[in-house]
Order: sequence, then C-alpha cells, then structure tokens
Amino acid sequence: MSNKIMAATAGIAAIVLGAAGTAHAGKELDAIKARGQLICGVGIGTAGFNLADSQGKWTGLNVDICRAVAAAIFGDADKVKYVPLTSQQRFTALQSGEVDLLSNNTTVTLTRDTALGFDFTGVTYYDGQGFMVPKKLGVKSAKELNGATVCVAPGTTTELNLADYFRANKMTFKPVVIEKVDEIRGAFFSGRCDVYTTDASGLYATRAANVPAPLTIEDFIILPEIISKEPLGPVVRHGDSQFADIVRWAQFAMIEAEEYGITSKNVDEMMKSDNPVIKRILGVTPGMGKALGVDEKWVYNIVKQVGNYGEAFDRNVGMGSPLKIARGQNELWTKGGLQYAPPIR
Amino acid sequence: MAVAAVGSTPRVKVAPWNDPVIRGWVFQIIVVGLVAGLAWYLVSNTIENLARQKIASGFDYLGREAGFEIGDTMISYSPASTYARAIWVGILNTLRVAVLGVILSTILGTLLGVGRLSPNWLLSKICEWYVEAFRNVPLLLWLFLFYKLISEAFPGPRQAISALWGSLFLSNRGLYFPVPMADPIHKWMGVALLVGIAGAVVLHRWARKRQEATGQPFPSISAGLGIVIGLPLLVWLAAGAPSAMSWPALKGFNFEGGTVIQPEFTALLVGLVLYTSAFVAEIVRSGILALHKGQSEAAAALGLSRGQSMRLVLLPQALRVIVPPMTSQYLNITKNSSLAIAIGYPDLVASINVTINQTGQAIENILLIMAAYLSVSLSISAFMNWYNKRIALTER
Repeated sequence: MSNKIMAATAGIAAIVLGAAGTAHAGKELDAIKARGQLICGVGIGTAGFNLADSQGKWTGLNVDICRAVAAAIFGDADKVKYVPLTSQQRFTALQSGEVDLLSNNTTVTLTRDTALGFDFTGVTYYDGQGFMVPKKLGVKSAKELNGATVCVAPGTTTELNLADYFRANKMTFKPVVIEKVDEIRGAFFSGRCDVYTTDASGLYATRAANVPAPLTIEDFIILPEIISKEPLGPVVRHGDSQFADIVRWAQFAMIEAEEYGITSKNVDEMMKSDNPVIKRILGVTPGMGKALGVDEKWVYNIVKQVGNYGEAFDRNVGMGSPLKIARGQNELWTKGGLQYAPPIR
Repeated sequence: MAVAAVGSTPRVKVAPWNDPVIRGWVFQIIVVGLVAGLAWYLVSNTIENLARQKIASGFDYLGREAGFEIGDTMISYSPASTYARAIWVGILNTLRVAVLGVILSTILGTLLGVGRLSPNWLLSKICEWYVEAFRNVPLLLWLFLFYKLISEAFPGPRQAISALWGSLFLSNRGLYFPVPMADPIHKWMGVALLVGIAGAVVLHRWARKRQEATGQPFPSISAGLGIVIGLPLLVWLAAGAPSAMSWPALKGFNFEGGTVIQPEFTALLVGLVLYTSAFVAEIVRSGILALHKGQSEAAAALGLSRGQSMRLVLLPQALRVIVPPMTSQYLNITKNSSLAIAIGYPDLVASINVTINQTGQAIENILLIMAAYLSVSLSISAFMNWYNKRIALTER
C-alpha cells in the first residue's frame, strides 16, 4: 500500500482514538511550547521553496516561514523539526496533528478552509498555474495544447484547474498522474508527456534545477498563459486561534520589516531608531508581544535570524538565487505588488 | 422429576459463581459488552472529533462533480462525472489488471514450473534462474524498471515505430492498434458467444456420459471450440460482415483513432505477471513432485497417451496440492496491483487518493477502499474454495 494510505490510516487512528477534549485557545501553542520545538510540514523537494541539502539542512521560502514562527515563539529560529510531505499526505498529516503547521505551497481555497477543518493565515507567495513544454514541439501558446498528454501531480488544485481550463477551451488531454514529484518530472523529461503543469514558481524551479543532461534549460519553455490564481500560504488546524495569530503575524512582521527598511543587517541599529512605528515593531515600546502572547523582541528575533520578507524572497527564489524569479505580484504594495501587511499596533 | 433424573448424575447445589453454566454466560456477556462498548466509544469519539475539528463527514460527496481527469478509463468518464464514477473507473481498472494478471501468471507460471522439471539441463536451469531472480527482488523495483524501460527506450509519438504496414504504432505513449468501428452487430456477436459457450458445456457433458456408457471417445474439446468461435462468426457473416476499422493516425501531439495499451498499464501488468509467475512456478512444481512416480507408470501401463495421462491421471491429483496456495497468489496479484500508484496507473487507490485530497474525507474513503478490496478478495477466495471442493479427492 502507498504512503498515502498509511498516512491516512495513522490520521484516522488519531481521529478515532484521540481524546475528544474541548477546544480552548492556546492548546496547540501550549503543546508546542512544552515540546520545545515546532513541527512544520514542508514539501518533498522544490528548489527555492523547500529543499534539504546533503547535511539534511532545510532551506527555502516555505522553510523561512517555519523559522520565523519558531523565532517568534522560542526566540530561536532553529527550533523546528521538518516533516516532508507529498501533495497527497499533507492534509491528513495536519488534520491528525502529525504537524503543527503546513508550509508547503498549499493554495488557499474555500473547501480547504472549511470542510477540511483548517485555517489559512495569509499568502506568502502569489502564484499562478503555468505550462512547460519542450522547445522542439514548437508550441507557443497553451491554446495549442489540444490532444496533449500532460504530467500533473495528484490531489492538487493544479489537477482541477487543468481539467477546468481544457473544458473551458473545448480541448481534450490525457493526464499522467504520479504522486512523487521526482517521478512526475522524470516522466516529463523522458518524453512520456508533452506538457508539465504546476504553479509557475514550481516550473521555474524545476527548469533551473532538475533538467537531466544532455538536455539544458534552453530546451524547455514556459508558456505565457497563467491559467489560475494560486495564493500559497501556511495552514494550521482549526481550533487554536492564538497559534494561528502567531503564524499570521510572524509573516506580517517580515513584510512590515521590509516596508520600514529593517533588515537582518541593520536591525541592531534600528533598535535605537526614534521612529515610533519602528520602536513598536521591534518591541522597544512594549505591548505588541504581550498582546500576541510571545516575547516582546519577537520581531527583532525574526528579522535578525530569518530576515525580512524581501531578504527571504531574494535569497531563496529571487535574483540572489538560481531561480531568478522577479518579484512581480510579490512586490510590496508600496511598489505596485500585492504583499501588504496590516499595521503592528 | 424422577424420570428426568434417570441416567444423569443428580445436580449438586453449588454457589452461582462456581456454577460453570452461569459462569460461562457471565463471561460471554462481559466480552460482548466490552466489544460493543469499545465500538460505541470509537464511533462516538470519531464523530465528536470530526465535529470538533469541523471536518466534513458523510457520503454526500459521492454525487458531486469530481473535476479531475483520468488518463485510462474503460467506461466513459470526464471531469464533469461524479466522484462515485471516478471511483468506479478505478475499481474497473484494478479488476482489469487483476484478471489479466491472474490468467497470464497462471499460464506462464505453469510453463515455468513444468520447465524446471524438464530433463533438458539448459531449460531447467533457465527456469530456475528466472524464479530466483524474480521472486527475490521487490515488486516495486520491477515496476519502476519496466516503466523506465518503456518511457525511456521507446521514441516519442512523432518518431513512433510502425509495424504491419502502418497499422501498429509503438512509442512511449503506448501501443496503438486498429479496432473495428462500433457496430450494433457486436452486441449480437456477444450473445452468440455466450450461447456458444453454453452449447460447448452441454456437448462436453453429453460426450462424457456417452464415453462412460459406451467407452467411445468424442473429440468434445475441438468440437466445443468450433461452436464457441463459429457461432459469433456466423452472426457476423449473416450481418454482411461489417469490417470498417478505426485506424490510429498521428494527429497533433499524439495518435488518434484505434485503441491504445498505455505504458503504465503495460508496466504494471508485465511486472505483476513476471513477479507472480515465479511463485506460481514453484507451486506447480511442488504439486507435480508430490505425485508418486507409480501414477504415471500405471497410466502408461493402461495404454493412455502422454497427454491423456497428464489430463486424466496426473493433473487432477496435482491440482489438489496446487489450488490452495494458488488462491493466495491470486489474492496477492489483486492487492499488489495497488502499487500502480508508484508508476501512475489510475487504479482504485489512485482514484480514492485524489478523492480524499479534494474532499478531505479520509475516513469515508478508506472505508470504501477497504470494502472494495475485501469484496474482490472474498469473491476470489469463495470461487477458489468452491473449485477446490470440486476437485477434492472423493472417496468411494
């Protein structure tokens, strides 16, 4: 039987056997504090978002969100245990309590927010679904894909958008659906499929890091059409709003820090700033940490150890990384993008 | 009362907790109560936990639109179909690979088992090496190997290998071949086939009765085969032999028309058959070796030909040893087919997995998948037990 069934069975066992206690605010948070470690569900391996190196050290934009939450709770961004999950395992793992937080390129949707028993805390990356094809096929637009064989990961919004897009454009396709992302990429690069579809960020990451020799990055093009909105963000279980608040504001703190020019390099000087907004953000003027139920220096710890949103973006997926993805929609709202954080006050 | 007491020892008055009858009842009531209590606790706890976590429950989702496409279907299916239909497509795909796997691995396994007993040194060694190679490597690795072989070794559809004057096309998209155009007469040919099979059975029974009564043999097997093939053929000819074919042709990205055997299906079937036939070979070998040498010598002394002695004397006895362990192998094929998920064949597990993910209702879906595998496995067991009883030694 597959991993999925085992994960699902474990999840069911947790739901069937777990004590049916009443929900009260702070229950998840108490458990995390008692454990001394945040357990974070991440993806199996997508360069720039979540990838473990040869020493088992995880890096990526999703990983930085986990680190920021740990920095807020413990004052130490390294107090995180990472659990890699496939697209099919992730929801059962979160439902059953195997992980505290899911930060693995999960698209925010109504069903997931409600029927699955989750709460989304924000959008860490505004994405959209795209198509990658070998250049030699000579395809210039997604509208020319009638009759194509498409490689896609199961149990994703991608799989549903794909079917919707072809139906809406009166085209047909044949899916090849494999759970493990390495296998599905392998099927695409070996020519089993004409097209590989996933979120555009994933396509860029795959093209930058996974093309097998003798093929090169030049042999594949990403078609211009973006067929869906894919707001990706961290997810928690429904029930502990205090923990959800910490996850939500940890991300907002990273965005606020970028907006006010606080970086991991200048954060110590910024502590001496006279700007009342910066004083409030960094906890020089106390109150915010207490309201959230964490240390007053929570934002200082996040920025010092993880960096602001712009730093995390550049380091992992932006111009400072092999992926070289432009900020685009993920630019700050002050610079024409969508990343906007409510004020910390 | 005196009459009733005759022949039985008079009951000694004992305390109720020492009375074995009362004690037996009490223990049984306690056990039943505990089991019922545990079941009640698990069910109510599950419902409460689901409600607390605000996770949806119930089977309503089965009627909703599935929204995802499936690459290999035996019945018509589109993303607009319901989850129930998507799961049904998965069940049929699992059954297809299981049924073909059972038939092919039985044939291949029997040949290998007999081959390993052959006096020919080379043949027997080849069969031995085959068995050792296939049963000692995990099935999943064989599946990966065959899938990689097909998708890496064969060319893309535009460079497809064509054979038989452009009617067969082999590429990494699968094997495309022509099929007859859909025609209303096909339904009647199916009816004729069923009638033919029934006729052949009746003929075989009559031939056996006549042989038992008069000793005269009748070639019932070849005659039966003639009826089974001949009747549909006659119907087809009577309808004016409609022979329009749907031919595969390259159009755009891929071939259209004809029909296709897809690489995922091929890799899974080949993997299952080659792996399981190694076990079947050993079962067949053990069945034949279990027979005393005197059986074949006695058959020869009676003047039976080699084929007759195999069919009438040796095989019926060997089958009694072979059938029970074969049941386990058939069940294994069905259950192992769930490894399809690793190479992307859309079987029952695949359909259920996607449904779990889109609806979040793991408990209901796991119940469905367990019910499906359980009914298939119990059907196989029931059939094999019936067959085993039929061929069992009847002592006279």
